[in-house]
Amino acid sequence: MSDFTPTEMMTIAAARALSNDDVCFVGIGAPSAACNVARLTHAPDITLIYESGTVGTKPDVLPLSIGDGELCDTALFTVSVPEMFRYWLQGGRITTGFLGGAQIDRFANLNTTVVGPYDHPKVRLPGGGGAPEIASNCGRIFITMALSKRGFVEKLPFITSMGHGEGGNHRERLGMKTKGPTRVITDLCILEPDPETKELTVVSIHPGVTREQIVENCGWAIKFADEVIETPAPTALELTTLRDINARTKKAHQGDKEAA
Amino acid sequence: MAKIVSLAEAVGDNVRDGDTVAMEGFTHLIPYAAGHEVIRQGRKDLYLVRMTPDILYDQLIGVGAARGMKFSWGGNPGVGSLHRFRDAVENQWPRPLEIEEHSHAAMANAYEAGAANLPFATLRGYIGADLPKVNPNIKSVTCPFTGEVLAAVPAIRPDVTIIHAQRADRKGNVLIEGIVGVQKEAVLAAKRSIVTVEEIVDELNPPSPNSLVLPSWAITSVAHVPGGAFPSYAHGYYPRSNAFYIGWDEIARDRDSFSAWIKENVLDARPEDFARHAGNKPAKAA
Repeated sequence: MSDFTPTEMMTIAAARALSNDDVCFVGIGAPSAACNVARLTHAPDITLIYESGTVGTKPDVLPLSIGDGELCDTALFTVSVPEMFRYWLQGGRITTGFLGGAQIDRFANLNTTVVGPYDHPKVRLPGGGGAPEIASNCGRIFITMALSKRGFVEKLPFITSMGHGEGGNHRERLGMKTKGPTRVITDLCILEPDPETKELTVVSIHPGVTREQIVENCGWAIKFADEVIETPAPTALELTTLRDINARTKKAHQGDKEAA
Repeated sequence: MAKIVSLAEAVGDNVRDGDTVAMEGFTHLIPYAAGHEVIRQGRKDLYLVRMTPDILYDQLIGVGAARGMKFSWGGNPGVGSLHRFRDAVENQWPRPLEIEEHSHAAMANAYEAGAANLPFATLRGYIGADLPKVNPNIKSVTCPFTGEVLAAVPAIRPDVTIIHAQRADRKGNVLIEGIVGVQKEAVLAAKRSIVTVEEIVDELNPPSPNSLVLPSWAITSVAHVPGGAFPSYAHGYYPRSNAFYIGWDEIARDRDSFSAWIKENVLDARPEDFARHAGNKPAKAA
């Protein structure tokens, strides 16, 4: 299977990071696609949780919003939003948080709040939502976003949610016991924090991608691990699963146009 | 006891200029019809509170009804920006908007503190994040037992909370099902409350002894507005119109097309117009 897009490779590589044992807090967009591909391929018993309160949900089409009816209809149970954040997230019951973002820095801190100064922003983005506490309270964090100079920046204008802060043991110094971001999956490569410095480092390059492409698309001088592997290409099952769910989703989201 | 009245009366009785108003519903059961009535009645200088200000607050901000907003995520879910919200923050159009921004966890805790009649909420939150640097209402408190430093935010106590629900009985007891968000907490935290419902029935018949029921004596006004959550949805009644949410991006991007939409669909419309979205009651509803 050689014919796939970079976005498909990204989603599938992200899906592979998850296992059957994960209890996963799912961000909307790219993370949601990856989590459901994992559920429909190698991790059928994964527990997917959306911040709207739906626990153990098995959507047939990807939700457009974090609270689509599909999530509640297919959930094992649904709780209130205060219960979700207090008992399940802050209570330490969630192994993995899966986030996206508008901007990320070399220590996997994320910005989804503003571009420019907070009081007079050039671009006002939606804000953090659940991310600040997802980032600190989940056992570990996966992040997925396309590699670009606009997205992977030298310095964030605003830290919406903390990854590894200033690097090293910054999380520990702030009293956090969770691991923080352990993997960042892009459309060109996979990054993991260096064990000591916590700086994001390329550990796996997707098929057909060059080191130069990665360097050119990153806003900081990106480092490569001593041993870099090639990401296995998507299997036929992975691609079919992703394309099928995307097709079902597109149909479902456009299907109610008449009603609008 | 809740009074069962028309939507116009409910808004007229409960929402005043300058009020702090929470219209809640986490993607589900968003009280669109009631929000449109607030616009039609020309309420102004409102301080809006909502975890996820989506299209409804984009509309209230765009018509200039709001002086400020407390929120935790201000976007069009799965689509992108709220253009009227952005225009207000970036260009002060049609008026400046004072914002107080939190995380979801903090907002949810703050509503719960309001419902519990406490002055503030505490949570293990905002660690390493920049919001506490720009929001003076995010402070810290030290646990008197362990010494742990935790985040603290003021309780949310709206003058009036407005929600939409599936149904009420003739006494005004209300049943809410599906994604229940923070609606219960938001109603119990407020001085006054309005609940719009899909239908009013003789017997509420909650499907479980643990069903989410708000009793009549905890609500100020109930109004029968079928379809009143469109384009969000009412679990068991009609689905979310994702196509409307996608289409809103184009309408709201431009000030003139936004204003034309408001005139046609809000100012020149009536609460009864929402009924066409109510659909047929499917089998899932009890």
